[in-house]
Amino acid sequence: MKAAERRELIAAAAPGAALAVLLLAGGLGFAATLEPAERAALAAMLETRGALLLLGWLVLALAFGTLARTAYRHWVTAPAQLVEHAGVLLGTDAERTIEAAGSAANRALAQTVNELVRQRAALRADIDARVREASRDVEQERNRLAALMAELTQSVVVCNLDGRILLYNQRARLQFRALSDAPTLAGGAELVGLGRSIYAVFDRQLVAHALESVQQRLQRGAAHPTAQFVTATRAGQLLRVQMTPVRAGSADDDSAGDAPLGGFVLMLDNITRDFADESARDRLLQALTEGSRASLGNLLAAVEMLDLPDVDAPARERFHGVIRDEVRAMSARIRELADHTARTMKTRWPLEDMLGADLVAAARRRIETLYGCRTAASEVDPALWLQVDSWSLLQALVGLAGRLVREYEVRVVELRLARAGERAQLDLVWTGQAMSTETVIGWETDAIEVGGERIALTVRDVIERHDGAFWFERERVRHAAFFRFLLPLAREGGALEAAQFVRSDSRPEFYDFDLFGASEPAREWAERTLAELAYTVFDTETTGLNPSEGDEILQIGATRIVAGKLRRHECFEQLVDPQRDIPAAGIPIHGIEPAMVAGQPTIDAVLPAFHAFARDTVLVAHNAAFDMRFLQLKQERTGVAFEQPVLDTLLLSAVVHPQQPSHRLEEIAERLGVAVIGRHTALGDAIVTAEIFLKLVPLLAAQGIVTLGQAREAAQQTYYARLGY
Amino acid sequence: MTRTVLIADDEPNIVVSLEFLMQREGYAVHIARDGTEALAAIRRERPDLVLLDVMMPGMNGFDICQAVRADAALAGTRIVMLTAKGRDTDVAKGTALGADAYVTKPFSTRELAETVRRLLGGSAA
Repeated sequence: MKAAERRELIAAAAPGAALAVLLLAGGLGFAATLEPAERAALAAMLETRGALLLLGWLVLALAFGTLARTAYRHWVTAPAQLVEHAGVLLGTDAERTIEAAGSAANRALAQTVNELVRQRAALRADIDARVREASRDVEQERNRLAALMAELTQSVVVCNLDGRILLYNQRARLQFRALSDAPTLAGGAELVGLGRSIYAVFDRQLVAHALESVQQRLQRGAAHPTAQFVTATRAGQLLRVQMTPVRAGSADDDSAGDAPLGGFVLMLDNITRDFADESARDRLLQALTEGSRASLGNLLAAVEMLDLPDVDAPARERFHGVIRDEVRAMSARIRELADHTARTMKTRWPLEDMLGADLVAAARRRIETLYGCRTAASEVDPALWLQVDSWSLLQALVGLAGRLVREYEVRVVELRLARAGERAQLDLVWTGQAMSTETVIGWETDAIEVGGERIALTVRDVIERHDGAFWFERERVRHAAFFRFLLPLAREGGALEAAQFVRSDSRPEFYDFDLFGASEPAREWAERTLAELAYTVFDTETTGLNPSEGDEILQIGATRIVAGKLRRHECFEQLVDPQRDIPAAGIPIHGIEPAMVAGQPTIDAVLPAFHAFARDTVLVAHNAAFDMRFLQLKQERTGVAFEQPVLDTLLLSAVVHPQQPSHRLEEIAERLGVAVIGRHTALGDAIVTAEIFLKLVPLLAAQGIVTLGQAREAAQQTYYARLGY
Repeated sequence: MTRTVLIADDEPNIVVSLEFLMQREGYAVHIARDGTEALAAIRRERPDLVLLDVMMPGMNGFDICQAVRADAALAGTRIVMLTAKGRDTDVAKGTALGADAYVTKPFSTRELAETVRRLLGGSAA
């Protein structure tokens, strides 16, 4: 029985009890004053009428009890209930109406509370709307920035003062890939990633020095101070880095000029190739000038000797020998320089890398729309990357096609693209009416006309921009003729860089400004909060369950959590050659066929790359003990030790929901509302695990488990942990 | 029968040596000092071989080469392109347009003489 009900019962019973006491006390008092005979007479009277008396008392007790109870409800219970309801409303966000009850004052009070609750709800809705609007604006600005950064062709990395990366763009990612020790495995993702330290790439001293000189310039009052340094990376690449400071404080703050540094922007240029080219050219030029001066001196001397009247035949022959030698040497020097410049210098006009097939497709579209003539492109090498000024080249192609259509009524033109030694040959082919060679080659020097508009550019200009060649040729067998363009091919690497990318169609999230203020905590791992730590969440697919009995890793997949967010674009996914057979029983589960791992790197190469990827992060896995045993068994052979703390989502789930019978990945995912997509690939599982982990963190916090140390301790104490593996 | 060679070059200093060299080899020599004159001389004299400089005022060497190759009446004419342009694109273009040889300056006169001899099918005399 609840206390309130008990009190109400007491209130109801009180009048009856009081009446009974009064009657008994009165009766006893009255009896005390009587003589024994009178007392006996009274007893006899009461004996016969006792039931009547009791009935009277009962009626009275009931009547007064009911009254007392109503009064109690009216003046005591109703206000108490009101207090209780109000307390609930105060403590929660619920919008409820309290029913008015009790006295008039109490009713009025209930009305007032209801009114206040309504007011509170309205206010809250208003605030929510404003917050939503504000965050939409912020989101929009961020998206704009992300878009801008993603499209930039320059490598940009933004760091906070601790050197932690808080923004990078696609180009930077590709550049870092070239710097990676394991480019094919980790793909540079072990170097560039949100929250990663830029000092893994650059010497801390070098960056500190640049920062210092930026700060000095700032103090001297420079408006846009920057610093530059060139550095060689471990992989032997030469980078030119430009540093621009980011000042703390908002943009509209007038005092921003004096604001302290909040971080810095790095713009990276890989100058390895330029530098090598320039050095080689310098060496050649120097050899040419100095060597030529000497040769000319020798030549002049010999020629002057030949002029002397008293030169005999043997001496004359010697002087001739000198002249021949020197001329030969000078020729050789010039040839060398010319070859080199032809190879490296190309042209001063900035050219871009472009897939040849794309250029052909663009030209076809324009020719068809502008001139309504049909086009074909059956012989186009789809793998050829060109280095072109695509706009002017398109004008040339389209302009020439236009003249063919206009002046010779050509109905179909074909575009052909093939490799020709160190260059590519792009042909504009047509059949039909014969035309004189002189006419057609004259087109090379006429201003190009496209769609009725003449531009200040000739085909020859366009060719010169490309350091290429252009001519007209006939194919008598096919009764065809063509214009041929010789064009430079993209340098190796350029095409590759541009070709690869990207994992998903969404715009990759390469920034997190929340990291700006995040300073490297000097605290131990165990004292840091789960919310602030960076994690590598991973999963492995294996040939079986017993690493000690020869089972091996087939695939490692991992993703990162930085600043409390899953970074899907910073992931690691690698098949591993297990150097043994794959039991058929496992194939339906992990889907990895023997043919898929043939030619893949072995664990000896993959583990160091994964280790670098997981640097400075806490490892998270579902049933981590299993995966860790596989990793640890390889420790001796690969020399790679994973010494960072490990968290297990299975154990953490058991901490949060101890009563649940199952802590399988799917069950937890369903319980926590995580969508499961692409399970049973290592990366798919790692992503699900990461999402589960992110949901577990606040649930753990609600239980007072906030730091890494607390989480590990709680996990150790679960039933599952005590089971052992 | 004496073979004839046309030297088409606008630089007198090289023409002096080439003329002397070709005469010494036993060929009849004609000289043209620009592109237009060269094409006219080819049509008129029907030389067996043309030493054709690429960079000339009027028509350049490529244009002349192409014009010669387009003219069936001149089908037997051998063409040796001489040029200070040593780029591989120019070589590719010259070869594509039908030049029999492409010689970059500076060249050895002995080697040039050998090339001419080879193209004209053994020594002429």
